[in-house]
Amino acid sequence: MKPGNRLLKEKVPNHTKQYAPGDERKEIWTQSLSVIMGRWLFLWKGSDPVIFIEQAKKIFQTKNGPVKAVDDINLSVQEGEIFGMIGYSGAGKSTLIRMLNGLETPTEGSVTVAGRTISTIKGSELRKARQEIGMIFQHFNLLWSRTVRENISFPLEIAGVAKAERNKRVDELIDLVGLNGRGDSYPAQLSGGQKQRVGIARALANNPKVLLCDEATSALDPQTTDSILELLVDINERLGLTIVLITHEMHVIRKICHRVAVMEEGKIVELGPVLDVFRRPEQPITKRFVQQVTEPEESKETIQHLLAEHPDGKIVKLTFVGVSAEQPVVTELIRSFNVGVNILQGKISQTQNGAYGTLFMQVTGDSVEVAKAVAFLDAQQVDSEVITYD
Amino acid sequence: MIEQWFPNVDWEKMWEATYETLYMTSISVVITFILGMLLGLLLFLTSKGQLWENKAVYGVTAVIVNVFRSIPFIILIVLLIPFTKTIMGTIIGENAALPALIIGAAPFYARMVEIALREIDKGVIEAARAMGASTWTIIQKVLIPESLPALVSGLTVTAIALVGYTAMAGVIGAGGLGNLAFLDGFQRSRNDVTIMATIVILVIVFIIQFIGDTAVRKLDKR
Repeated sequence: MKPGNRLLKEKVPNHTKQYAPGDERKEIWTQSLSVIMGRWLFLWKGSDPVIFIEQAKKIFQTKNGPVKAVDDINLSVQEGEIFGMIGYSGAGKSTLIRMLNGLETPTEGSVTVAGRTISTIKGSELRKARQEIGMIFQHFNLLWSRTVRENISFPLEIAGVAKAERNKRVDELIDLVGLNGRGDSYPAQLSGGQKQRVGIARALANNPKVLLCDEATSALDPQTTDSILELLVDINERLGLTIVLITHEMHVIRKICHRVAVMEEGKIVELGPVLDVFRRPEQPITKRFVQQVTEPEESKETIQHLLAEHPDGKIVKLTFVGVSAEQPVVTELIRSFNVGVNILQGKISQTQNGAYGTLFMQVTGDSVEVAKAVAFLDAQQVDSEVITYD
Repeated sequence: MIEQWFPNVDWEKMWEATYETLYMTSISVVITFILGMLLGLLLFLTSKGQLWENKAVYGVTAVIVNVFRSIPFIILIVLLIPFTKTIMGTIIGENAALPALIIGAAPFYARMVEIALREIDKGVIEAARAMGASTWTIIQKVLIPESLPALVSGLTVTAIALVGYTAMAGVIGAGGLGNLAFLDGFQRSRNDVTIMATIVILVIVFIIQFIGDTAVRKLDKR
């Protein structure tokens, strides 16, 4: 099955329960509900959710006593989804993603990936399961002793694929990640972005059901990051591959994820479709992450500065989310009302589910007209807010 | 001119002694390599945070390695005389030197193997595990190839140490250039024989070093 983007957009939000933060009982209940519903759907439809995490806990024993790296997490990820987990270092996201391929075993709870209970299987069964879960890493983790071809071929050797078949597959993968002509180079001769492409090709070699990305772009410069992210989206769309990624950069979430979970101290504190989280971040930590991609335009100082610079008329902040970003709201405004519109500043970013952004403008003219204009904006599918001095 | 500077050197004897030294060195290098690799892998794999983490096995192996590495070689030969007699049937000649050479050098090399394996990027081992590789596959396709330059340079150092050990073994009857230098050179006060034996040993050492360095340069793709 190859779910297209539209299908995903319709499907994903249905499974996502928004919950009020602070109300822990409700939070657990809704999270559990989403898992139960996911599992039910899985049994019913046979293929939809590909990852279940149920009440997973991981406690590390350290010299300073036990540390809860992962604290009672419930989560399900749909097939074909790009799911992001964001958090600062030490939030437990790294431990959580390692549970998905059994590099860490949960102290309690269960983890199911592509129909296999990763948290309980061992030995050859676990190794078999791992062959169906690709993983890419922050520092690429390529074998320096092998050429690009040999690195990509490695998981195929592990899976016992015959040599002729391996060569054919390696050619396809080199083509897929755009490394034509570099097959016989050694990793030391490649740039960071090229190394990660090798990592991606290697992770895809055995046609995995899930691709895990462990801070895959954190060691790359912004431009290379974008090209790797584009490659991931391309693979997701072309192969219908489920991608789970962890990062500390909101830019990565914004650019490619369908849903995001915000992690703090081993717990998921906020979860939802990326646009919803961007539009209404509830937890302070989420707000900080969202600011990573909206700053500096929306900082208090700039707003105060705008107000001081433009004392007449009204300053309106428009927040565009999803489809409305493409609508010519401003054109409509100028045509319908006798007001002057002066765009002060703005930024629109593309996310996987549509555009997100803010626009600051100054609306001047007769006060009645201005009031009408503001009312018009309110009626649109745009969040508008008249800004005044605090 | 050479005859003039080295009047007492019996070239046939010198050649024979060189052959004996090379024989002892090469056989002991091969067996030391195998034993040292096994011990080194065991040390590495059972150490903290590794695939077969096991305090007891690591502790016992580490103690054995340290004990044999610490005994001065000349004393080790003497201590091993009963053992040598049992397994080789004699305590004279090149073959009789082999057990002591190997037991002296293998723990030394094992430590170098352990150090070489520790240098491998942990992430690469994790990546192999994430791909579903078995421990054997990891040893064969990750640990050994990724540490090969260090394994080879360690073997070069060990082989050179072994040339020195054969000379010591020679003094107590194992044959080779050490034996020649000691009996013909030192005891009969023929300094030219001692110097010639030294020159040959130096040549052997330089050749080993050259081969080792070249191999490391060829192998290292970093």
